[in-house]
Amino acid sequence: MASTKIHAIYTDDDILMQAVKDTRAKHYHIEEVFTPFPVHGLDKAMGLPHTRLAVTSFLYGLVGLTVAILMMNFIMIEDWPQNIGGKPSFSFLENLPAFIPIMFELTVFFAAHLMVITFYLRSRLWPFKKAENPDVRTTDDLFLMEVLVENNNIEEMAQFFKNTGALEVNLINK
Amino acid sequence: MYTLSGKLKITAIIFMILGAIGLVYAFATAPTSIEEVKEILAAQEHHGNHEMAAGEHSVAHHGDAAHDDEHAEHVLHQLQNKPWAALYVGAFFFFMIALGALAFYAIQYAAQAGWSPVLFRVMEAITAYLLPGSIIVFILLALSGVHLNHLFIWMDPDVVATDEIIQNKSSYLNVPFFLIRAAIYIIGWNVFRYFLRKNSLKQDEANDNSYYRKNFKLSAAFLVFFIVTESMMSWDWIMSLDPHWFSTLFGWYVFSSLFVSAITVIALVTIYLKSRGYLPYVNDSHIHDLGKFMFGISIFWTYLWFSQFMLIWYSNIPEEVVYYVTRIEKYNLVFFGMVAINFLFPLLVLMNSEYKRINWFIVMTGIMILVGHYLDIYTMVMPATVGESWFIGVPEISAVLFFGGLFTFVVFNALTKAPLLAKRNPFIKESEHFHY
Repeated sequence: MASTKIHAIYTDDDILMQAVKDTRAKHYHIEEVFTPFPVHGLDKAMGLPHTRLAVTSFLYGLVGLTVAILMMNFIMIEDWPQNIGGKPSFSFLENLPAFIPIMFELTVFFAAHLMVITFYLRSRLWPFKKAENPDVRTTDDLFLMEVLVENNNIEEMAQFFKNTGALEVNLINK
Repeated sequence: MYTLSGKLKITAIIFMILGAIGLVYAFATAPTSIEEVKEILAAQEHHGNHEMAAGEHSVAHHGDAAHDDEHAEHVLHQLQNKPWAALYVGAFFFFMIALGALAFYAIQYAAQAGWSPVLFRVMEAITAYLLPGSIIVFILLALSGVHLNHLFIWMDPDVVATDEIIQNKSSYLNVPFFLIRAAIYIIGWNVFRYFLRKNSLKQDEANDNSYYRKNFKLSAAFLVFFIVTESMMSWDWIMSLDPHWFSTLFGWYVFSSLFVSAITVIALVTIYLKSRGYLPYVNDSHIHDLGKFMFGISIFWTYLWFSQFMLIWYSNIPEEVVYYVTRIEKYNLVFFGMVAINFLFPLLVLMNSEYKRINWFIVMTGIMILVGHYLDIYTMVMPATVGESWFIGVPEISAVLFFGGLFTFVVFNALTKAPLLAKRNPFIKESEHFHY
């Protein structure tokens, strides 16, 4: 019985938002919501925690900055401090302005790419991954809320979702 | 309606009086003769921190006594310039805030921004300082033009007579044309400001959106006028202090400085008024948006600062690089310190989305940004006018107090003249419910 779910299908994002709020008020456990496009405020209505992707990006940026500084300090100042067009290669600070474009670009490069890769890993996206949509219509124009039945009365739940304006209410046994 | 609190009024007036006393003192104590300067120099030598003037000053030696005289005369001019330059920096700094606020206001109109109309009256009040501020700057320029000071060396006929580089620029850099240009900019900005404000007030009482549409067109026209005149203003009023030097992105650089200062002041005045309960419809999303602008334009300023610095540092052409040589040698701490303040502070504090909603974070960063951009103007003006004789003392602080008091008085007085919510603006409903 633990994996028994109800799929409530809606045609409109406003009705979906109201249904999500009602469902949470009723203390039914929302497993997942599938929508064809981002619904503004849905994460808040579902009570999902804030993403920390921005924090990882900041840290990756710091890594990129460090890589750029260490790389250029070693190559240009320590390993072979040549006189190239009279630029002062005696210390990192003296030649700093020439390095800043590279420091900037590497910071952005690391922050952007590693954040994207983090996003793929965390949301489990990769080529040849098997698509997980429970109903193909959710990629086009329908909204689907997946709710765990747990120990609740199925009849009562079905009636509840009918009342929230669902187009279809399906019982899924897996 | 906003009523000017007695406390604020008294504070502003005290600031102005203190500043005025300090300025009178600064002008009164400026040395008038070479003998006085020699005493000062002797006292400095006694302290052991005297450095010979380097660079352009090191002309051929005519024996030690003659050289000492020449050096003392050079320092005399710098010390006489000091109160004038302090006054000029203070006047320009507060004037540019009003001008930047007007540019920001016009951009909000022309872009049909949906978030900002609840802040229009605050912006309009800040632009109220444009008229007194620009007139004060014009008077200072005119006083330079009649040779009451030596801020602009190209105005000195003796200097021009022996300086071929300035001679070649004299068709642009001559006092009558200079003052006519200044008058055109100032009249233009103030006329645009007058009609924008007038239409905005009339829109409150109107039955249709015709005044809004007029302001939309006026704003677009102003922005075209502004970007041309602002660029020329920066050549005239700041770059011509170093008439041997030139930089093509200077206009943009000055623009970014005045723009970010103006946005910061808009945020600070908004937070102050909201804390007093006058702006109930302003929520933390509005503050968040202003915080984003402070953050973004601070970084834009840094980008322009660095672009100008790095291009000149890299190519190291003597005629261009003297500008930075004097700043790095004589103004090291204040020159690089202001870059740190203007870049690192907003970058680290305002990067976090949550912090941009916290008022005291915005206030703290805002104060740092204003200090940083004061120092920015300071390092643009001072090296050319007072050289190595700079110090942030009585004249500089007095000028900031005086103009700060005047600015506060004019701005908050203007706030009492109209309701704080622009009633019939077509975007006002959207703005009141703005949420980010």
